Amino acid sequence: ALPLHILSTLASNNRKLKSGFCFCHQVGDAMDTEFSGFSVPLEHSFEVDDLAMFRARGALVMKAGREPSVSLAQNQLSEEDRTKLKEVAAVDGLYRIRVPRVFLQADRQPERHMESYITAFVRACAMVESHLSDVITLHTDVSGYLIGISIVTMPGACRGTEVEDEVDLEVFNTTLSVMVPVNAPGPETALFLERLEQESEKKGKNPQEQKSFFAKYWMYIVPLVLFLMMSGAQDQSGGGAGGGAANGGGR
Amino acid sequence: MAKLILLCLKVVVLCGTVEAVFEDQVGKFDWRQQYVGKVRFSHFDTHVQSSKKVLLATESNVFAAVNTRTGDILWRHVDKTGPEGNIDAFIHHGQDAVLVVGNGRLLRSWDANIGGLNWEVVLDTGSYQSACLIGQQDNVKHVAVLKKTVISLHYLFNGHQKWIENLPDSDTVDYQTVYSSGNGEVYAMGVVPHSHIAIVAYSAEDGEIIKQITVEAPWLSNIKSSCAVIGKGMLICVDVATVSLYMLDLHGESQMTQILLQSLGLEVSPGFHPVLISTQPNPARQPLSEFFLQLGPEHYPLLQLNNGQIVTLRDFNPAMQVSFATTGEKTVAAVMLPKNKTVSLCKSYRERVHLYISMLFACSINLYSAETGRRLLDTTVTFNLDPNGGKPVKLYVQAFLKKDDAVGYRAMVQTEDYTLTFLQQPGRVMWTREEALSDVVTMEMVDLPLTGTQAELEGEFGKKADGLMSMVLKRLSSQLILLQAWIAHAWKMFYDARQPRGQVKNEVTIENLSRDEFNLQKMMVMVTASGKLFGIDSKTGNILWKRYLDNAPSNAVFKLMVQRTTAHFPHPPQCTLLIKDKNTGLATLHVFNPIFGKKSHITPPALPQPILQSLLLPLMDQDYAKVLLLVDDQYKVSAFPSTKNVLQQLQEMASSIFFYLVDSSQGRLSGYRLRTDLSTEQIWEVVIPTEAQKIVSVKGKRPNEHVHSQGRVMGDRSVLYKYLNPNLLALVTESTDLHQERSFVGIILIDGVTGRIIHEAIQRKARGPVHNMLLVHCGFIKCTKSRRNEFSVIELYEGMELYNSTVFSSLDRPHAPQVLQQSYIFPSSISTLEATLTEKGITSRHLLIGLPSGGILSLPKMFLDPRRPEIISEQKNLIPYAPELPIRTEWFINYNQTVSRVRGIYTAPSGLESTCLVVAYGLDIYQTRVYPSKQFDVLKDDYDYMLISSVLLALFFATMISKRLAEVKLLNRAWR
Repeated sequence: ALPLHILSTLASNNRKLKSGFCFCHQVGDAMDTEFSGFSVPLEHSFEVDDLAMFRARGALVMKAGREPSVSLAQNQLSEEDRTKLKEVAAVDGLYRIRVPRVFLQADRQPERHMESYITAFVRACAMVESHLSDVITLHTDVSGYLIGISIVTMPGACRGTEVEDEVDLEVFNTTLSVMVPVNAPGPETALFLERLEQESEKKGKNPQEQKSFFAKYWMYIVPLVLFLMMSGAQDQSGGGAGGGAANGGGR
Repeated sequence: MAKLILLCLKVVVLCGTVEAVFEDQVGKFDWRQQYVGKVRFSHFDTHVQSSKKVLLATESNVFAAVNTRTGDILWRHVDKTGPEGNIDAFIHHGQDAVLVVGNGRLLRSWDANIGGLNWEVVLDTGSYQSACLIGQQDNVKHVAVLKKTVISLHYLFNGHQKWIENLPDSDTVDYQTVYSSGNGEVYAMGVVPHSHIAIVAYSAEDGEIIKQITVEAPWLSNIKSSCAVIGKGMLICVDVATVSLYMLDLHGESQMTQILLQSLGLEVSPGFHPVLISTQPNPARQPLSEFFLQLGPEHYPLLQLNNGQIVTLRDFNPAMQVSFATTGEKTVAAVMLPKNKTVSLCKSYRERVHLYISMLFACSINLYSAETGRRLLDTTVTFNLDPNGGKPVKLYVQAFLKKDDAVGYRAMVQTEDYTLTFLQQPGRVMWTREEALSDVVTMEMVDLPLTGTQAELEGEFGKKADGLMSMVLKRLSSQLILLQAWIAHAWKMFYDARQPRGQVKNEVTIENLSRDEFNLQKMMVMVTASGKLFGIDSKTGNILWKRYLDNAPSNAVFKLMVQRTTAHFPHPPQCTLLIKDKNTGLATLHVFNPIFGKKSHITPPALPQPILQSLLLPLMDQDYAKVLLLVDDQYKVSAFPSTKNVLQQLQEMASSIFFYLVDSSQGRLSGYRLRTDLSTEQIWEVVIPTEAQKIVSVKGKRPNEHVHSQGRVMGDRSVLYKYLNPNLLALVTESTDLHQERSFVGIILIDGVTGRIIHEAIQRKARGPVHNMLLVHCGFIKCTKSRRNEFSVIELYEGMELYNSTVFSSLDRPHAPQVLQQSYIFPSSISTLEATLTEKGITSRHLLIGLPSGGILSLPKMFLDPRRPEIISEQKNLIPYAPELPIRTEWFINYNQTVSRVRGIYTAPSGLESTCLVVAYGLDIYQTRVYPSKQFDVLKDDYDYMLISSVLLALFFATMISKRLAEVKLLNRAWR
């Protein structure tokens, strides 16, 4: 179970956008009632001179409940932004996003670190060439606290293809996923022991295999050893005889 | 039957040991050097006249005996690290060496002769203050240990406690020293700071308090640093404020008499706290009535206490060190005096004329009679201080009586750089021990130049040549020099071959350093914690050069970088050492030639701002020096070297230079990109809240690491491609909650360019210490979990298809890699972790694990494969899963050469793909070679060249003959 929840949201609802937009200025209570949850702004920045100027892109909405979930509500790019994005892409600038550091569960917001953000970036040209199709992953720690955000586009490369149609750059096609830490597997001792037991049981079933090397092949070994001993004894007696013969030959 | 079993056993044994070293190979490719550390206490073994031992107790918690003739370690005892094994005191008497260990936790007695433990007793709790020997009627039978609240007496021969007494008013009085003059009384002396001195006299027999004295002393704050007992029980204290000495008779008076130093004609150097240096030659007798009073860094008057009067016997100014030594009934004072600084002109080796003006600091040691202050005849030892070493900090003198009753001596000088130099009359250096090498911080291995002469050519080729003609000339002349060197080499070989075998010397010196055929011999550049640099020949372990950096702060962190290797011939190799003060962050650069240790003539930039990060770029300037980028706390980047060429290259490359900073106190990781104007901009940020977990280690890939194969062949002949991201960082966190059930260790794999978290995993119920290591596509962590040690292995794969097989870019990898993870139990704890490294990465890799037992285990990576299957499957190259990793004795690469307290292992590739050079350092240094996939590219030593060449020749002739025969046959057939 790698990602907790994958909630892909296509957002073009103006009402949502407005409320999300408001949110970054005032920590709204209105939002809480509407979504019975909590929402934080997702901001982006793309400037020709690469100085970060974050503006609202949408809002992350966290729903409380037994199965907490996160969804993304975001607006369209305005005409002005579209041309700017293309300009930034032309000078190989960066497209950055950021979110404040919060808990990803609506019901657990002890203090709001609105002033502290986590940021990520992607090349602006990749954003343009993928027609605003991006994958945003939110990474949390064990307690559900947001520690990192990452953004990649699909496809990821900049090939220098011109995007003629302005409409392609209007709507974000975002896949949002949340990644929580995986529990690393421990050494599987239990399974291993079970397997060992199974093997020993198997051996126990057919006692033929359980026999040791000597038990199995004693009928070959004993004659061999006997033969060796016999031949060794013969050698000793025969050695003297042989020596005598050699002496005789030398004369 | 027995024969058969023996045969079986032999086969088993032989098959088992093929990976290990053969007996005749011991010491052939490896060497070990043992050290003891910075000496804290030292005593000469004077028990027997002919004894050749000096006993050393060091700050590394080592107690050892060193042979005074050779400087070799006779025996050595390595205690626990940290305060638990700290040696507080070392008292030497006859054959016994008594140590107080671990802030007064243990009292141990060692046999100085053989280094065996006589006895050990556990003392009562309480912080240790002082200890001394107690003698009675010229017999020393007891040792007294003073602690914060109690004083106890122990028998010297078995350690049993004779008595223990509580100190009176120990909550207000700070008892600091204990003293005995052999009259059956033990004095415990304490002070209430800025109020009075409290002295308690105990009977040595039963611990009964004989008397108690309190003396007003509102000027005194510490007895240990400013007082000493002199002569017949006279406590003398020195006071800086009034510039005077105070005297107190322990036997009678209750009033201190003040003597102004001015009245003795002495003056204290401003800002210096005077120190009293006294001696008690025999613990059963009174201390000598002569003593030194150090008044300045180089000012030592010898004073005498005579009937309550202090007389100046002799004023030593300037003197570098003083020391007392006793032999028989005679006590002498040894004084080290600086001699005139001689300026000498040294001509460098070979014909090239380099004139160096080097300052040789000569010193002389003289003996003076302690009673009279007269100089003893024929006792001068003159020696030169190493210009690349430090100043002397301590002088140990062993005096002995010669046949004609004159006093002879040997001296051991300890310098700032922890070096011990042993001198004998008249000025012969018997040996030196470089104890700085017991604390190596970081090291690099540098290839040797082709020959020493070529490396010396730097001066001629340093100039820039831009024209075509000059370039040709330059090339021609360099070729000529090469030819000349080759002819010289050939001549030498020819000459040597004519000499009888024994006379040919193969000593390695700095002059004849040259690279061998397979680049197996390298220069080890070692940086030690004391700030001394060493150049060591990796083949023999000889120290070829050393240099003490006296400007390095005591709490410095070092980073050593090789800016230019030996490959760019006319240019000398260049190493840069970044020395950073841990507290202020201010850094300095030391640029030097790693082969000769000489400081480079290039002036490094001044760094006024604290440095956060340094990175060595693969970018090179026109002199082939890699560019070093330094990021200061204003996030401004400065380059070194910062020539126009470099700055231009940096501007072009700026958009693809990324770096990261880690602030573990705030749990913040941030990525930055370089701008063309050398400023930086933050592009990503990851914050790990410090409330739950803290970052303990961040590791990246080593720059010279290669992976040869891009994928792994699976059982069904398909290929699983590795995720080879050179920018990957492995980040290990530890939970702040240390409860066994809730604690965890987390590992986060982050792309260092984009800040994208690639994998995040936690190991529950685990605790540190964690050792983290990252290979190109897999990371290893080791942690402790419910009292056992575990290895956790993570491997990353792209899957069955490569996304972009030609080039890797962190900016263009949209798909997250597949993660395979597995854990294994390791049956031992671990000191350090490293992996073997070879030239091209074809050889399979082994993990080198330094164990606390002193062994270095070479564990094949195959055993740590996360894909080890549960059941035996068709994937033949995988070992079936077993939760516990084996430790096989033949895997220990250092067989019986134990390496104490391994702190780090350094691996370097050699010219042979099969061979990896390994250096393990800690208290000891061990160097060896390992062959993870056996020596597949080397013919064996006993290879039969005759057989193969005769077979080849025979085959060749056979082919010729048969060809001829075939031709004849064909011709005959054609005629038919």
